[in-house]
Amino acid sequence: MTDMTDTFPPTGGAGLRLGLVGLGTLGILYGAFSLYIAGQPVFGALLLALAVGFGIVYGSNRFYNGRFIFPGLATVGLFVVFPVVYTIWIGFTNYSSFNLLTYDRTLEVLLSRGTVDPATEQPFAVAPQDDGTYRIWLPDTGLLSDPVTLAAIGPEEVALSPATAPATLLAARDAIKLRDGLQSLTLTTPDGLGIRNSGLRTFASLTPEYRVIDRDTLERVADGATLTADHARGFFVDGAGVDVPPGWRVPIGLANFKRVLTSPGIRAPMLGIFIWTVLFAAISVLTTFALGLILGVILQWDHLRFKPLYRILLILPYTVPAFISILVFRGLFNQNFGEINLILEAIFGIRPDWMTNGTLARVMIVIVNTWLGYPYMMLLAMGFLQAVPGDHKKAAALEGASALRVFFTITLPQIVPPFVPLLIATFAFNFNNMVLVLLLTRGLPDITGTIVPAGQTDILASFTYRLAFSDSAQQFGLAGAITLMIFVLVAAISYANFVAMRRAANRRIAK
Amino acid sequence: MIVERPRDLLLRKVLAHGFLILFLALILFPFAMIISISFREGNFTIGDLLPRDPTLEHWVLAFGLDYTRDDGTVVSPPYPVLLWMWNSIKLGLMSAVGVLTISTISAYAFSRIRFRGRAGLLDVLFIIQMFPTTLALVALYSIFDNLGEVSPALGIDSHLALVLVYWSGVVMHIWTLKGYFDGIDPALDKAAAIDGATPWQTFRFVFLPLAVPMMSVIFVLVFIGAINDYAYASVLIRSEEQMTLAVGSRLYLNEFKYLWGDFAAAAILSGVPITAVFLIAQKYLVAGLSDGAVKG
Repeated sequence: MTDMTDTFPPTGGAGLRLGLVGLGTLGILYGAFSLYIAGQPVFGALLLALAVGFGIVYGSNRFYNGRFIFPGLATVGLFVVFPVVYTIWIGFTNYSSFNLLTYDRTLEVLLSRGTVDPATEQPFAVAPQDDGTYRIWLPDTGLLSDPVTLAAIGPEEVALSPATAPATLLAARDAIKLRDGLQSLTLTTPDGLGIRNSGLRTFASLTPEYRVIDRDTLERVADGATLTADHARGFFVDGAGVDVPPGWRVPIGLANFKRVLTSPGIRAPMLGIFIWTVLFAAISVLTTFALGLILGVILQWDHLRFKPLYRILLILPYTVPAFISILVFRGLFNQNFGEINLILEAIFGIRPDWMTNGTLARVMIVIVNTWLGYPYMMLLAMGFLQAVPGDHKKAAALEGASALRVFFTITLPQIVPPFVPLLIATFAFNFNNMVLVLLLTRGLPDITGTIVPAGQTDILASFTYRLAFSDSAQQFGLAGAITLMIFVLVAAISYANFVAMRRAANRRIAK
Repeated sequence: MIVERPRDLLLRKVLAHGFLILFLALILFPFAMIISISFREGNFTIGDLLPRDPTLEHWVLAFGLDYTRDDGTVVSPPYPVLLWMWNSIKLGLMSAVGVLTISTISAYAFSRIRFRGRAGLLDVLFIIQMFPTTLALVALYSIFDNLGEVSPALGIDSHLALVLVYWSGVVMHIWTLKGYFDGIDPALDKAAAIDGATPWQTFRFVFLPLAVPMMSVIFVLVFIGAINDYAYASVLIRSEEQMTLAVGSRLYLNEFKYLWGDFAAAAILSGVPITAVFLIAQKYLVAGLSDGAVKG
């Protein structure tokens, strides 16, 4: 953004500005073009729109005001709105670890599969060159390849010719690191045979497993079976109706939503997780608010000494990075060698199973979240308490009201209204407090009898995260569908917050 | 409240201090524990709460150096903590600079420049701001996975991709800064306009210098937010050398390789600087948080 100063020179300099804008536009256009070439038309179109917008807004004097608004809108559009829309779209597709690729890539993968011809299989070694390229040495046949980059950016094809053994060869361990490059390499022997990397240490000629018959039809060479592309499900199907992985992504309409709503193995745990998410968020708001308020009131008390010291010690949990504190608690709560159980056993003789008992795990997660969240509430409470006029309290006290009564009838009603939007925001934050769950319990212990990974301490957000990114199966489509449902819920909360904040703001102005 | 008997007052004081001290003991227990654990021998020891034979092993390893035990065995550091820390700081700075640039310009536009659809756009931004973008993780993963096929610099495992994602946090700060700019006397921009300043020059020479305090608050907030992020980084970063502290630290407490002692030292080493930044800034942060957000 430093070039902004150049874009708005104090006097004149329009030529320079147009030049810079032109260069920038061309740069973005180049990006759009290469995305389109690489088979990403949607991203290409987005970047094209960005280039056009950039060129017009900064190139023409008519849109002077737009120059200030463009960077913000472009960022929000590209990195907030587009991902959200894209997530929703994914919810309507079968995108998952089984249907990961595009149709073209799926074809490519199937066609590149081959069976090794054992007669041509031979060991190889990699000879590094001075200029950073490599030659492949095949000791059995005494052949050395022309230089290759092994950069794994695309298929490489070079010829082999008879030679003597190179002086330096890479150790097998270092050669393995070049695997990606080796796998996209085809070597042509002097007799014209193409051989490819067929194992960790060998090259061999490969007979392809599949052959293209025509569009959407393949033949399996081994048994002559015909494979037809099923574009409704994103799989090639052989004559016996068996799917041939990998599949590709296709839109499948409302199937994901139907699955969520009708499959008992998903619906039941999801309902439980939803209830727990709401409970967890509500309890967290309550505990942190109550604790923060009590501490705020005590710290506001005129007769208390050492206030600054207490204050700084009390907000320490807020200042330590959350990921560190959460992991510290994960260790301290460890059932077998955690320090908390060590102390509990020494004093009370009990060893609660924090990590394997669902109820205790939930108690633990609330305890940790209260620890993390009360200082924020305390700081806010101290601020709002200061704004309560002292003479109201004095008048009430003179009338003989007890301290508690003064607090509940005078102080509390005055600080709750400004607190409400912040409480709703805290609720929304905890509703999606993924970091806490992922780092503390990963959602464990698991709920039994489910067909998707679901845990008793999972909240909706961490549940979708695990659905999409757990090691077992990456069900992006299903996760997208559930995300859309969460979006609707969160939008409702956000709107409530919006209204509450508006009211608070109007009240302020009215004062 | 005003007429208080001295004896009651004393009792109350004792109660208040007693409560606070007890509460603090409970709250600060994890800190005390983690310091003690970082000096304790081994990674599993079910030992005393105070280390019996304090050792610097975990600390030496946390600084990325080999440690030679008394019996001559050499232990190598399990993870590159300092590298992770550098990654975190780098990402934090890059996101903070980007977010600050975009949000100050946009906030100025929303506060001072008249254009059609401004009120509607503001409402839209306000609702977007409360949307948790962590929910778009699936899409972000897919987007950058696809972009990576075009250019690895924008793919999975690239810091640039992560920074771009962190820029998406800009909306909230546009709002905070707009509230701040709204509070600046309009007479100032009129004076500047009379002197012949363009809107850009008004922004550059009048508003920017006035916004420095608020901008530093936002800088720190974004910086800390990026360092604390786990969700995005865990999805977009795969290799150990590219990891941030938040993602890397989790490796220490893997069920199959549980390095409690090493974790303790690494956690303190990385936590102290961030905590210090936050402690210094927190006074302004809280004021900024509760202030800018409510001004509708």
